[in-house]
Amino acid sequence: MRYSGLQVLAQGLMGNRGWKPVWRDPEPKPAYDIVIIGGGGHGLATAYYLAREHGLGNIAVLEKGYLGGGNVGRNTTIVRANYNLPGNSEFYSHSLKLWEGLEADLNYNVMHSQRGVINLFHSDGQRDAYARRGNAMINQGDDAILLDREGCRRMLPYLDYDQTRFPIYGGLYHPRGGTARHDAVAWGYARAADQRGVDLIQQCEVTGIDIAGGKVTGVQTTRGAIRAAKVAIVVAGRSGQVAAMAGLRLPIESHILQAFVTEGLKPCIDHVVTYGMGHFYISQSDKGGLVFGGDLDFYASYAARGNLPMAEHVMEAGLTLMPMIGKARVLRSWGGIMDMTPDGSPIIDKTHVDGLYIDCGWCYGGFKAVPGSGFSFAHLIATDRHHDPAARFRLDRFRRGVLLDEEGTGSQHNLH
Amino acid sequence: MRITCPLCGDRDSREFSIRGHETYLDRPAPDAGEAAWDNYLHLRDNPAGETAELWYHGAGCAAWLRVRRNTLTHEVLKVDLVRDLTGGDHAD
Ligand SMILES: Cc1cc2nc3c(=O)[nH]c(=O)nc-3n(C[C@H](O)[C@H](O)[C@H](O)COP(=O)(O)OP(=O)(O)OC[C@H]3O[C@@H](n4cnc5c(N)ncnc54)[C@H](O)[C@@H]3O)c2cc1C
Ligand SMILES: [Zn+2]
Repeated sequence: MRYSGLQVLAQGLMGNRGWKPVWRDPEPKPAYDIVIIGGGGHGLATAYYLAREHGLGNIAVLEKGYLGGGNVGRNTTIVRANYNLPGNSEFYSHSLKLWEGLEADLNYNVMHSQRGVINLFHSDGQRDAYARRGNAMINQGDDAILLDREGCRRMLPYLDYDQTRFPIYGGLYHPRGGTARHDAVAWGYARAADQRGVDLIQQCEVTGIDIAGGKVTGVQTTRGAIRAAKVAIVVAGRSGQVAAMAGLRLPIESHILQAFVTEGLKPCIDHVVTYGMGHFYISQSDKGGLVFGGDLDFYASYAARGNLPMAEHVMEAGLTLMPMIGKARVLRSWGGIMDMTPDGSPIIDKTHVDGLYIDCGWCYGGFKAVPGSGFSFAHLIATDRHHDPAARFRLDRFRRGVLLDEEGTGSQHNLH
Repeated sequence: MRITCPLCGDRDSREFSIRGHETYLDRPAPDAGEAAWDNYLHLRDNPAGETAELWYHGAGCAAWLRVRRNTLTHEVLKVDLVRDLTGGDHAD
């Protein structure tokens, strides 16, 4: 069914009895051309672009839980292209362009809202670093405006400008940045992939990867063996475990990242705002909840929940920056398992096994990357050639010492 | 999460900072080659379950500790002084 305004009207008049399930629930077939492990944002987008860009149809996405139950449904939904390093810049720029056409492309409302991202800075040094980043963004063809203190005050009147410990010097404004509805992105890609014949198989955990003579031949799952000529690993925080099934050891450690949401409030925060002196960033969802988060808990974890010290730090940092939110009540907090690389940048590459591909290491920034990653990974799987914007996301860059350390924090998994 | 320091006793985890997996105890020789350094700096087993890491008791006795922990439950299983494991060398 094609979604449209007319359709909503017609269904409304007919008591909304005509809506059908949005994707099929197929039994796994014994064999596929391509099996994608992981039904998160990246896995679903990869399946969709394999079908749309490369005309491939005999594809299954295997998901151990339910579609969108992983990080794609747990993130704080920020979409931006404000990267600095060659390698990252062109990739996120491409991804943002795909976002801008995504709703028309998928025929699905993903509530992409380009409300602008403002990164605040609080010292001369930080201003210089952001000015440089802004120039890199403009060179890449994206948008960046350096705001001074008064510029910030006009756009963000509710910040505490009297604070003397970390005074607000200004902000780097990225007008095309913003947010999107995270679940809708998973659902939109799932529906569009299903419509192009991709089998989305839920409750199907991959437990082994079959390899013969250095070539992948299929996977073992909780719903039986499935043969495949090509297998793609896209399992975010579980990358280490699934890669180990193929004897692969990754430059990845899984860490916990928490986020928080308050009760619904009238619109008060119109942009995405990040604090430059504490771990805190915030936006307001369309339901009115203030959605905010901070940094990792810093130790390796698969618990999908964090501890109180980081929760406390995030709240403190938030109140320092915008005291008005102190009146809001926090409704929920949660955590997601992040696949952290030692340089903070991702991996889209082949592996030492013929026909086995991997897409991982998105750290805490992989939501904005969903379209770009799906597009580039599909290109690699279909053609065996790296897609230009993602050509530097190589698995062996660590060994070769060619890191993509965007934040310049050094080679340690928890520092990005 | 609380950590029992062998010198200071049971303490809030905020008193400690983490360095990373205990791989950091095995620093390769400068000329050990790409593979050894890749292993030391980047590659990780990344277990879902028991792991061993280096923690520093900065707000306490300033000792380096090896903490055995469960990454699924956040349970702390065993804490040793790195000094006792390496015969005096600290983490780096
Ligand atoms: C709190 C939080 C805030 C974040 N905020 C942002 C943000 O503002 N902006 C941004 O860009 N990014 C953000 N991120 C990061 C982003 O969410 C992730 O990088 C991205 O979602 C990861 O890719 P994915 O969607 O494919 O992962 P997932 O949705 O986790 O998908 C992986 C899937 O693989 C499945 N799987 C695992 N093992 C197996 C197996 N053996 N067999 C079958 N299936 C398996 C899992 O069940 C899961 O569904 C945030 C993350 C968190 C946790
Ligand atoms: Zn101590």
